[in-house]
Amino acid sequence: MPVVVSLSDVGFAYPGGPPVLRDVDLEIGRGEFVAVAGPNGGGKTTLLRVILGLERATTGSVRLFGEPVRTVHERYRIGYVPQRTELGIDAPATVAEVVAAGRVARSGLLSRFDAGDRAAVAEAIERVGLGGSARTPVRRLSGGQQQRAYIAKALAGAPELLVLDEPTAGVDVDAQESFAALLQELHADLGATIVYVSHEFGAIERFVERVVLVRGGIVYDGPPGALPSTWHDPSHVHP
Amino acid sequence: MSILDADFMRLAFATGAVVGVLAPAVGFFLVQRRMSLLGDGIGHTAFAGVAAGYLLGISPVAAALVAAVVAAVAVEWLRSRHGTAGDQALALIFYAGIAAGVVLISAAGALNANVFAFLFGSILTVTSSDLALVASLGAGSLALLGLLYRGLVAVSLDPEGARVNGLPVTSLNGVLAALAGVTVAVSMRVVGILLVAALMVLPVIAAGRLATSIRSTMVGAMGIGLACVLAGLTISYYADLAPGGAIVLLAAGIAVLAVVGELALRGRSQGSA
Repeated sequence: MPVVVSLSDVGFAYPGGPPVLRDVDLEIGRGEFVAVAGPNGGGKTTLLRVILGLERATTGSVRLFGEPVRTVHERYRIGYVPQRTELGIDAPATVAEVVAAGRVARSGLLSRFDAGDRAAVAEAIERVGLGGSARTPVRRLSGGQQQRAYIAKALAGAPELLVLDEPTAGVDVDAQESFAALLQELHADLGATIVYVSHEFGAIERFVERVVLVRGGIVYDGPPGALPSTWHDPSHVHP
Repeated sequence: MSILDADFMRLAFATGAVVGVLAPAVGFFLVQRRMSLLGDGIGHTAFAGVAAGYLLGISPVAAALVAAVVAAVAVEWLRSRHGTAGDQALALIFYAGIAAGVVLISAAGALNANVFAFLFGSILTVTSSDLALVASLGAGSLALLGLLYRGLVAVSLDPEGARVNGLPVTSLNGVLAALAGVTVAVSMRVVGILLVAALMVLPVIAAGRLATSIRSTMVGAMGIGLACVLAGLTISYYADLAPGGAIVLLAAGIAVLAVVGELALRGRSQGSA
């Protein structure tokens, strides 16, 4: 199985601060659905940012699609859904406008959208079940629907690696269930590699093939079924 | 006699039309990034450029253009590369610019009516060569905005997501800052250095309250900016008022009406729910 994400002996510390990550070795193959979990402050979001090249590892090497993360050429192959509570702008952005923003890197910064780009945007919106809301401002949607719009934005670029950071934070339980089902469907249909970061497993535990527990380093890496019962609450302080 | 019979009014309307469209188009992206006051800071630095122009005996507008673009790019550089908070970077440029302007103007012995024309606008003295400069820079800036529109929207919506996707976020921010500098320099003849930021921001605030999409907000802001400039010039011609002030007061009035209208509509929809 080709390796999509590869970390070797990675450490990270913010300038002047204590180490956040130590001795991280991690490989994620094409088509895997991996949950990265751990307590708040345990370093899971930092790990994700290092994987994406948003933070530079203090030690070790990080590779994406076989290339050093800082020099990956086709970064549009990554779909990223950041942890968020609101859009970065005040203007009333519609679902279609938000999703189209996710297609820009794939289509080319200076290129006009062609029929294929417009079809990809429409398909991404349909796929997350927002087909009837394309012209609706995102802020008028429920929290769960907004998360679907952000997923559609990431999908519009036809990503081979989909990375989600706490995507259901602040969303009610029903929306979390439905969101987890959507991710499973996307994984089955698209065959994309999915990395899902969360401080709790919740509904997603039923669908992932592999759980990576992070607390300053990787303390567990394996199938969720083999996770010792004491680890199921990742916020619990383990010895 | 019609308002358009006078050469100076035709030049004023043509120059004002370019500025009325360009200022809100660039200001749209500044407002979305919570950098509404960037135009103010650049304007004060443009004043230093005008003063340098008088001191060196070169075109004050050309000197202001260089100063404004350099200042805008410097603010963006301080903000992005050195982690300086946006308002602190602005304050540094803002105060250094106005202080340099005062020192240079006094050194040039040019504290006279010409300087006030730049501070408060002098659209009724616009020449055909001024119009040519404003029109060419305005058309070039609008064309660049159109070319980069999708990228600028993507970066405004989600800067980190854009960076992860490989969009040149730093370059796009630098281009936007440079466009803000150009806009300030070409707009100062119309509304003046002290009011230029208002024309970049107020139409966007008004349009954002009434529009239903990013595109309609931007197009609406450009329409409001154009209408304010044309109406403000007309009012100032007949009522013998300062054009810059009239234009900005109109824009402020529309922004206030839009905010109040939105609040009323929201209250009504909540009441009926």
